Amino acid sequence: MADITHTAPTEDRQARRINWGAVSDHAVLIAGALFMMAPLVMLIQMSTIPDAEIMQTGPSLEIGNQFWPNVKKALLGAMSFSGEDTGLSMFRSSMILGLGFAVGKIVISMLAAYAIVYFRLRFATFAFWLIFTTLLLPLEVRIVPSYEVTQKLGLLNTYGGLIIPLIASATATFFFRQFFLSVPDELVEAARIDGAGPVKFFIDILVPLSQTMIAAIFIIMFVFGWNQYLWPTMITTDESKYTLVQGIKQITQSLEGTHIPEFGRSNLLAVLAVLPPVAVVIFFQRWFVKGLTESDK
Amino acid sequence: MKRAGFDSRWLPVFLLMPQLAIILVFFYWPAWQALQSSFYLEDPFGFGSTFVGFENYLRLFRSSEYLRTAGFTVVFTVLVTFFALSIALLLAVKADKVLHGARTYRTLLMWVYAVAPPVAGFITLIVFNQRWGPLTEFFALFGWDFRVRLDYTDTAIAMVIASVWKQIPVNFIFFLSGLQSIPRAVREAALIDNRSASARFWTVTFPLLAPTGFFLLIINTTYALFDTFGLIDTILRNNPGDNPITLVYKVYVDGFRGQDIGGSSAQSVVLMVLVLALTIFQFRMVDRRIHYT
Repeated sequence: MADITHTAPTEDRQARRINWGAVSDHAVLIAGALFMMAPLVMLIQMSTIPDAEIMQTGPSLEIGNQFWPNVKKALLGAMSFSGEDTGLSMFRSSMILGLGFAVGKIVISMLAAYAIVYFRLRFATFAFWLIFTTLLLPLEVRIVPSYEVTQKLGLLNTYGGLIIPLIASATATFFFRQFFLSVPDELVEAARIDGAGPVKFFIDILVPLSQTMIAAIFIIMFVFGWNQYLWPTMITTDESKYTLVQGIKQITQSLEGTHIPEFGRSNLLAVLAVLPPVAVVIFFQRWFVKGLTESDK
Repeated sequence: MKRAGFDSRWLPVFLLMPQLAIILVFFYWPAWQALQSSFYLEDPFGFGSTFVGFENYLRLFRSSEYLRTAGFTVVFTVLVTFFALSIALLLAVKADKVLHGARTYRTLLMWVYAVAPPVAGFITLIVFNQRWGPLTEFFALFGWDFRVRLDYTDTAIAMVIASVWKQIPVNFIFFLSGLQSIPRAVREAALIDNRSASARFWTVTFPLLAPTGFFLLIINTTYALFDTFGLIDTILRNNPGDNPITLVYKVYVDGFRGQDIGGSSAQSVVLMVLVLALTIFQFRMVDRRIHYT
């Protein structure tokens, strides 16, 4: 109380007003962060409590001792009778899908963008339009005929059938094209004077120059591939090749029924399904944000 | 194309080959098939198909079920886009302003970008659990008996909340980077001219963010239309019943469950036209964006 009498009233009011503004900013941000974080915290909290108890009371603030037993169940236990879709095997399939998609997409689209930007091609405009029309139609729209084509080619239940049709769009090609166009022409001229051919120029100059772009695109594509749901659900019926995201459906269905639903294991499988993409996004935040905002999808 | 390109006859063809091959087989072939079979009526037992002209389309627009789905899709898209954009804008403005903990807030607000839509659906089922779901209990405080998967409106609201949760991060990232690209000089000039923070926001910041907003409008619309499939499918657990579904979900249900290939293809083509219109609209907005910046 003594302090207040010492300071001038106007100054005090001003100091307090600025303070309140910052407090309300933080309050909004904390509320937002809680809204985003709460579900994850809840999933993990529930997995530390015995399932029978959770079934009665639901999530709470209590921390139990069931976490590690549930982790073990989630990783090694299988969802179905075949016993082939364990957490670990689904994790492996998801990795193959995420990495295969990201790598395949980057390689194929870099080559195509290089051909379009750096070569005098008679049918360049035609190829350009052929490729960029694919930006218009997401896979979901042509899902049934895509399935039929994949089936005709005998690619059901293969990683090829899972990954290759997903690559059939031009998002990354478009992005690399924009980037290559921004590379100064003088570089090609200098390389040609020094006697470098197109292959040498690509490998020794263009690829190292694109490193940051490749990293950014890789992160976005990995997350996109890992998170695929509809396509794997249709293409993969072999349980040993199930992905985690696809397995979520089985997980949810296992929560129904008369027996005690295995919340602990299911929740941890859901956490496992978001862990790698979330880790990538957080650890490589700068590249990820750059890739997202500069590629404009 | 570059001024100084390479002259080679076969190398570029070779480089383009993988992309073109994949696109022809997995894009143009299926797209063509969808277009073609939308004019045919397929026998459900696989005994050939007959040409029916526009009958599949007419059947679609006469079906009250289809129109109801279309109506729900519009409402759903508008709600998701509106809330995802406005909440993200509020958070981005605050995150741009604070001096302490900005990095932590950013990380906490953007990680959900990487969450797969089905996982968001799974979480929805838990928070809306009939017995003890935290959000069920929250709505019960207002005397609202919330029943996901049993009540049409309640299911729709749960879907909207989950879809908004999943989409806030993308909008947040774009708005924040838009805010950070506003030149310091502009901000300082505004600060001198106008002391009211909200007046400054609506007359200076908001118009400068408009190009980002237009772009996000398209992104959010496509998200609500297509990317929410996994979320909706998980919430409905394979059994739509009387619950609300979106147009993309209906393409899948009719094509795979109903075995109505003709009708499903016609729906695909309708969606293709819709996306085409959106893209043209987007290109026009991008043109406008260049004038802004």
